[in-house]
Amino acid sequence: MTDVLTEDPGRAPQRLDGPDKVAGTARYAFEQPVDGPRYLHLVQAGIARGRVTGTDTSAAEALPGVHTVLTHENAEKVNAGGELAVLQSPEVAFRGQVIGAVLAETPEIAAQAAGLVEVTYERHPHESTFGVDDHRAQSPDTSSPMVTEDLDQGDVDAALEAAEYTVDVTYATPPEHNNPMEPHATVAVWEDGELTLYDSNQGPYVVRDVLVPIFGLDPERVHVVSPHVGGGFGSKGMPHAHVVATVMAARLTPGRPVKCALTRAQMFPLVGYRPPGFQRVRLGTDATGRLVATEHSALEQSSRLAEYAEQSAGASRDMYVSPNRRITNRVVALDVPVPTWMRAPGEAGGMYALESAVDEMAQACGMDPIEFRVHNEPDTAPTSGRPFSSRNLVTCLRRGAERFGWAERDPRPGVRREGDWLVGTGVAAASFPSFTIPGSVATVGYADGYYRVEIAASDIGTGARTALTQIAAEALEVPLSAVRLHLGSTAQPKASLAGGSSGTASWGTAIVQAARAFRAEHGEHPPEGAETTTKSEPDPEAGKYAMNAYGAQFAEVRVHADTGEVRVPRLLGVFAAGRIVNARTARSQFAGGMTMGLSMALHEHGVVDGRFGHVVNNDFAGYHIAAHADVGSVEVDWIDEHDPHVNPMGTKGIGEVGIVGVAAAIGNAAHHATGVRVRELPLTPEKFLTDG
Amino acid sequence: MDAEITLRVDGQRRTLSVDTRTTLLDALRERLGVISPKKGCDHGQCGACTVLLDGRRVTSCLTLAVAQDGAEVTTAEGLSEGDRPHPVQQAFLEHDGFQCGYCTPGQVCSAVGMLDEVKAGWPSHVTENLEEEPDLDDEEIRERMSGNLCRCGAYTNIVSAIREAAE
Repeated sequence: MTDVLTEDPGRAPQRLDGPDKVAGTARYAFEQPVDGPRYLHLVQAGIARGRVTGTDTSAAEALPGVHTVLTHENAEKVNAGGELAVLQSPEVAFRGQVIGAVLAETPEIAAQAAGLVEVTYERHPHESTFGVDDHRAQSPDTSSPMVTEDLDQGDVDAALEAAEYTVDVTYATPPEHNNPMEPHATVAVWEDGELTLYDSNQGPYVVRDVLVPIFGLDPERVHVVSPHVGGGFGSKGMPHAHVVATVMAARLTPGRPVKCALTRAQMFPLVGYRPPGFQRVRLGTDATGRLVATEHSALEQSSRLAEYAEQSAGASRDMYVSPNRRITNRVVALDVPVPTWMRAPGEAGGMYALESAVDEMAQACGMDPIEFRVHNEPDTAPTSGRPFSSRNLVTCLRRGAERFGWAERDPRPGVRREGDWLVGTGVAAASFPSFTIPGSVATVGYADGYYRVEIAASDIGTGARTALTQIAAEALEVPLSAVRLHLGSTAQPKASLAGGSSGTASWGTAIVQAARAFRAEHGEHPPEGAETTTKSEPDPEAGKYAMNAYGAQFAEVRVHADTGEVRVPRLLGVFAAGRIVNARTARSQFAGGMTMGLSMALHEHGVVDGRFGHVVNNDFAGYHIAAHADVGSVEVDWIDEHDPHVNPMGTKGIGEVGIVGVAAAIGNAAHHATGVRVRELPLTPEKFLTDG
Repeated sequence: MDAEITLRVDGQRRTLSVDTRTTLLDALRERLGVISPKKGCDHGQCGACTVLLDGRRVTSCLTLAVAQDGAEVTTAEGLSEGDRPHPVQQAFLEHDGFQCGYCTPGQVCSAVGMLDEVKAGWPSHVTENLEEEPDLDDEEIRERMSGNLCRCGAYTNIVSAIREAAE
């Protein structure tokens, strides 16, 4: 394939769904037209652990317009575990768990009736908080693809003992909630044994394949339709309890659609979150600042109902040289909602800790933090010894340093003041794996002068609809306007989910292979009705190379000398992420990740009240995400990287690498501004006033 | 309790009976099938439901439908003239001022309402001189648009779009 010229406007078409989105006519799940719907409102547990001893539904049922009140006593038995075993027993595993649901003629009546359901409980003692040296820590199930086993190379303790310079620091991160703007919603229609779901998700086939065994359905008779999704950031990667409850309700009322949208408050316990954690990082260098020992131990919250673990400490496996290395991930299972993926799960928190510790290490060595990183750049992936398919971190750091004006930086912390503001700059590296998932199926057809491309991919705001159309046009060697792409439904052939920044790589590979097969079968001038369907093959190079996207994050931070308020007037991210398919949408994705990173650094904190086990600040007034006024200049740049190994397009994922390292860059800059090293997110004002 | 009301929505006269608890947002979305305003929080905290009500921007989730009998409601859908987007919408397209698109109709309505507020000389929290015409620099745009959250983080592009549309 030909290379893309990133600044050529012809290579950066506007979003194909843009006109519908700016008008508001693009239909999301809850907006799909259905006839005569009823509305479902969930009833949630008011205790953190115990059992429901009684549910008085009489007042709710007496309300005109109420159709059914579902509880564990009358709900159908299904074949599900964990958070999807909805209404299957009286047991309560976390506060906010679904313990009932009201089906009514209008949303107002359903909500009112849900409030009339009287529940009595037998309360059991619960645990919903944990500490840095928690005795309940345990090893996670390493059969999960999200977790690798402990790594212990060389002799870390002896190397640290012999090291010239060392740091031993612990960084804490709070619960963070995905909070896509579109609340999770599903509309279920059950008719003649056929289930149609209009659902907000990151993969229609994932939803189908999860529901089929739960309800014992024929997969051919389950249809999931999701043309537009209002963000997900991981929380829509797997279906949650409300989907099961809605299907249960729909099966009680054949022919009548059931609509269920979570409230913003319900999303906090019901759709997952980034688990809080502590990460201890011990680093040691020789006299030249070369790392001789790296230890990264992560401890994170999980749920007793179902384990969720991510490898935050894994961030330190392949980042820098170090002959001695110990990596461990531990979890503490509590009586709390089940965490899930949130943008760059593992890397976001793990690289925050590592890249903050590296800043401290560079300072301990008396080195510039960029030169320190360059000095510790590995030639091959340190833990596996595999070559990198491409690794241009140093180029990103150098390019960013030039653009940011790093050379003029005075390294001393706490010496720049402009009026009431202390000013500093910071840097951090970013890394995120490049996944290309095989097995997606794409169809290419030709009719009426257009090439029809079908694949059940998801555009959750990434721009996949546009990027995949570009890839198809390029593979077929036709203009963009000659391609009609269809995605977001099980009406199209099966595709992997939008997760792990794998979408464009995985679906694009399937489209390229299908397009090539179509041309081989039907030639340059296909007959009307020609069609080819292929399933993408695994990359023969997979496993031979370490494949990652990289970036360098720069931040300018101002901390108010009297109030401790932290402002970020400038962010710059320079990335090396293979071929950029669409410069316009790619720039937005990088900037969006960086903006979420700023939000993570300064604002986001799900505050758990250990007495009751719930998140206290469960709305946008209490759980602040970055707003317009919080975000200053966000500059995005990338290098022209050619990686022949990752996939046929040469692309790496760009959805997540943008958030990685931002919180560290901001924290490092805040330290440079003030001389105060805050090791706990978010960087709220009081931490700069009391920790100095 | 139900009540009959008449609204003018995007230029069309619509008469309907609503539960007196029904918000303007739910009346538009669930009763009239007008899906352009979005429900992001139902608490007036995210701005996704922003519409122009008699020309002024409001969060329609904090507005009871029954209290707006006779009102003129303009959504982002009504801002475009047929296939031709409003200049603010056109600028959002060119500057890629959105990703998932869910907050977008609210951002667009809010921007249109905000630009009228500036024209009318309304100051904001960051306006230095309350006696002069406000100068719509980026800081002013950010301040005045802060009631509209965007989780995809399209803020910098939204500000560029509004800056261009204002010129």
